[in-house]
Amino acid sequence: MTELFVLAEHRQGELRDVTIEMLTKGRELAEKTNTELTAVLLGHNTGDHAKRLTDHAKRVLIIDDPKLQNFNSETYQKILSHLINQRKPSLTLIGQTSFGVDLAPSLATELKLPLATDCIDVDFEGETLTVVRQVYGGKVNVKAQLRKAATYIVTIRPATFEAKETKPLGGEIVRIKSPIPEDTESKRFIEYVQPPAGEVDITAADILIGIGRGIKEVGNMPIVEELAATLGGVLACSRPIVDKEWLPTDRQVGTSGKTVKPKLYIAIGISGAFQHITGMKNSDLIIAINKDPKAPIFRVADYGVAEDLFKIVPLLKSKIHGVKEGHA
Amino acid sequence: MDIIVCVKHVPETAEAEITIDSSGKRILTEDLVYDINEWDDYALEEAVQLREKLGGSATAITVGTEETDSTLRKCLARGADKAVRLTDKAFEGSDGYATAKILRNAIKNLPYDLILTGAQAGDDGYAQVGATLAELLGIPHATMVKKIEPAEGYARVNRELEGGLEENLEIKLPALLTIQTGINEPRYVSIMGIRKARSKEIETQGLKELGLREDEVGEAGSWMTVEKMFVPPVEKEAEILKGTPDEVTSKIADILRAKGLI
Repeated sequence: MTELFVLAEHRQGELRDVTIEMLTKGRELAEKTNTELTAVLLGHNTGDHAKRLTDHAKRVLIIDDPKLQNFNSETYQKILSHLINQRKPSLTLIGQTSFGVDLAPSLATELKLPLATDCIDVDFEGETLTVVRQVYGGKVNVKAQLRKAATYIVTIRPATFEAKETKPLGGEIVRIKSPIPEDTESKRFIEYVQPPAGEVDITAADILIGIGRGIKEVGNMPIVEELAATLGGVLACSRPIVDKEWLPTDRQVGTSGKTVKPKLYIAIGISGAFQHITGMKNSDLIIAINKDPKAPIFRVADYGVAEDLFKIVPLLKSKIHGVKEGHA
Repeated sequence: MDIIVCVKHVPETAEAEITIDSSGKRILTEDLVYDINEWDDYALEEAVQLREKLGGSATAITVGTEETDSTLRKCLARGADKAVRLTDKAFEGSDGYATAKILRNAIKNLPYDLILTGAQAGDDGYAQVGATLAELLGIPHATMVKKIEPAEGYARVNRELEGGLEENLEIKLPALLTIQTGINEPRYVSIMGIRKARSKEIETQGLKELGLREDEVGEAGSWMTVEKMFVPPVEKEAEILKGTPDEVTSKIADILRAKGLI
């Protein structure tokens, strides 16, 4: 029976969430198209992961090789192109992560296969593979069709599909001999570089004031610093603020930063790119202040103010100050 | 070191209102302000800094209509030595794959040690052109790069992973690197730079000069065809607080007090 591949992603001994998310979606597609769901696990000493994957897939293909200890897109590409050529899956799902971004486009190009990246949905409609992607910073969705082919590669945005723990599939484990030729790599993994330890742990804060591009200038920072001080909260931010070095890296919330779950998150001047939203959407209470009423941040916030932040934030500070004084 | 930097002219949409046009397959672009793609801005700066340090050349290249010249002029003003625009009616509707093929044909005959692109574009966000182009050219690539240290015949680079983690790797040159934001601090354009850029020529190449066929580019040469565009469905929507700034801030203070947060 034809297979549907999901590439397992793991790093430093941990299976990454996107793997189970893709397998949940993959299971639905496999059932619909009467194909067999296969998890592809490349690595070294990955027995524990394999066991977990058997719950979520009909088959776990394992290739074990010391060279696969750390991710190298070049090595992965060699193995996957071999597997796809040999087994001809109907579709291969890969995470749109720093791992998948480095791998999927060159793999698809080598195999001359249709590729759709960063998809939030994927479906077989009869003979046609369709995907949904977000464009223009999440303000518009696009439904697109892929050119007809025997097999496709689609990358899936993390945290899009729920990782459901359903009835275990009890998949079989199949070990394949590593097809990696001798050292021909033009890329070599050296080491992981840990982020510097910061002074403040934003993941431990009850109240976070998250700031974004809307702050506009570093000279405007005092108004949000004062709000944070009045509330007894801590400043956090989206990526552009760290890129500009207005706040240190350890204050960044989102995919490339930290995941937070405070009692209160006030998003100020943050439009709400999915990378940021992924990191804060589970906060207990979210209040967003952004002048664009259509900003994606309002899709995760509990309360929103669609107004110029410079009109709102200083006033909010004095209102909160007033309430606090009144209580004292 | 000869460096090629691929840039894209994109609409600024973070604060703009976006409207889908009557075809349902595109957005209305008349009222949007275009500029160099944010990621490419960092790639350009990195190319110029490497050229300043090591000598050689920095060439900016884009695929687009005459309107993209403002982005190319910006590249020249910021220190690129040369600008090339790949332009043809047939290129319209190209996805990431078709775009990479156009770039490949322009770059394959140029001398280069390094090709830089942005890690992704702010409009369609494929994050695929760089790695696809590298594969088409038969050179290694590394994506989402946050640090480059070139050496003899190779470079040591840091790639951004999730959660603040990075990985350091060694990559043989020539190579293609896709650049993540925050790698450097893009410089402001000097008046001198703008003046100098104005007099420089922008070289253009079309389908024929590039040796491409019509069915290799545009929609015909793409993997993906847009079926429709739509506003994302709302699963949950914030309660928008209405009123004057004075009223809404009072409402927020009330909410926070009711929840015991102040």
